[in-house]
Amino acid sequence: MPTDTALLEVTDLRAWYAESQALQGIGFRVNPGELVTLIGRNGAGKTTTLRSIMGIVKNRKGSIRFEGNELIGKRTYQIARQGIAYCPEERGIFASLSVRENLSLPPTLKSGGMSEDALFETFPNLRARASSRGTQLSGGEQQMLAIARILRNGCRFLLLDEPSEGLAPVVVKEIGAQIRRLKAQGYTILLVEQNLNFARSVADRHVVIEHGTVVDQLTNDELSADLNRVKTYLGV
Amino acid sequence: MFDGITPQLLFGQLLIGVINGSFYAMLAMGLAIIFGLMHVVNFAHGAQYMLGAFVAWLLLTHLGIPYWGALFIAPVVVAIFGIVMERLLLKPIANLDHLYSLLVTYAATLVIEGLIRQQYGSTGLPYNSPLPGGVNLGFMFMPWYRLWVVVFSVVTCLGTWLLIEHTKLGSYLRAANESPEIVESFGINVPRMMTLTYGFGVGLAGLSGVLAAPVYQVSPSMGSGLMITIFAVVVIGGMGSIIGAILTGYLLGIVEGLTKVFYPEGAGLVIFFIMLLALIFRPSGLFSGTEKS
Repeated sequence: MPTDTALLEVTDLRAWYAESQALQGIGFRVNPGELVTLIGRNGAGKTTTLRSIMGIVKNRKGSIRFEGNELIGKRTYQIARQGIAYCPEERGIFASLSVRENLSLPPTLKSGGMSEDALFETFPNLRARASSRGTQLSGGEQQMLAIARILRNGCRFLLLDEPSEGLAPVVVKEIGAQIRRLKAQGYTILLVEQNLNFARSVADRHVVIEHGTVVDQLTNDELSADLNRVKTYLGV
Repeated sequence: MFDGITPQLLFGQLLIGVINGSFYAMLAMGLAIIFGLMHVVNFAHGAQYMLGAFVAWLLLTHLGIPYWGALFIAPVVVAIFGIVMERLLLKPIANLDHLYSLLVTYAATLVIEGLIRQQYGSTGLPYNSPLPGGVNLGFMFMPWYRLWVVVFSVVTCLGTWLLIEHTKLGSYLRAANESPEIVESFGINVPRMMTLTYGFGVGLAGLSGVLAAPVYQVSPSMGSGLMITIFAVVVIGGMGSIIGAILTGYLLGIVEGLTKVFYPEGAGLVIFFIMLLALIFRPSGLFSGTEKS
């Protein structure tokens, strides 16, 4: 449901890795407080879309507007300072830093970031492991830490890349609950997912990506009413 | 075989070993810091070390600023030189293969050394010790300045290591060492951090150069002779491992000194022999265990 007050508006986004074009003209919008997923097969361009928004993929054209400001041409750290936080697929937990150091790494960019205490309350598992090295954590704990870490700096728009990947079903459920809690607190979230059930359990809307373009957009209710519409895209 | 080895010879060479090791450690540490964050093999490190010594010499000769002033001024001058060099030469090629930065810094070395040689000739210029005299320890004579070099180098290495391992600033550095992209996605200006880190590493080379001026002669080629050994130290300690670079630096200085006592013919080779063994049996370096693979 497009409105004039989109928080993020991506138009005709094209991106390249070296000579090969990964995105062929992506367009979608995310409204304030919404949780939107990018779903699609491996290699469809979902992660590249997040990395292009964040400026990590530098060779990109088209338009990415956040709160009305154009992000194309800006450096990654400048984009972050606009209020966008990014949790990568590989989680990016630093092996040479303790859990506490990992958590306290992001500087305050906007007011309203969570304090260390608040984070330990939200993610109680992490408190007991505060002085462990980041990579001594289990996969689920690493994912919690990766999400907790980006809540520090006060950004209200979160880019999450496949938080459910490689985790046991019970842990996936817990992550889902955390994400719903964040949404309830007013965070706007753009989530990359391949796990359709997980995506359905948290999202308002879905943007289906194939071969670097948007091939379908539907609300969560529309998806529930007609799962086959998306399953053909995902090849399941 | 060990006949004729007097305590004077043994401790004398051991001291020379520790002195050399002090320079190996400080220079290797700077190289490791730069390589760890930027993946730049800073071939110009030796030339920047030489510049530190030359700036100290110029300050004394032309401005009458003594050693103790040069110890603060010269590293800053060399660090600024490094920052300009990073901006002009290294930043434009940051996205290319690491081989390019090695070639660019090597070229810079040749240009810097050539210009200095053109201006001041290739013979060594003397720089008097600011701490003449020494103390007789009974088994050997310990010059004050050499003691100062060892203490100063240990304090500098320890201080830098603490800065990197136990401060917030250091945690940014360690994190960016693993993944600059993610650190930048937190809103940290990583490009500027790289410039300043290069400046810091180069400043350390300049500082070593000032420290070296009274020990060795100040000459355009004083750095290039040392650089081959320093690279061996970094390779043995593990590329990018700071503590590895420091410990290997001292260790190899001492091993080299002892080799001069017990098997003088092998003194020039021993470090490279150890490098060979390290490359065969522990190619990631002696101290790379806790670092990322």
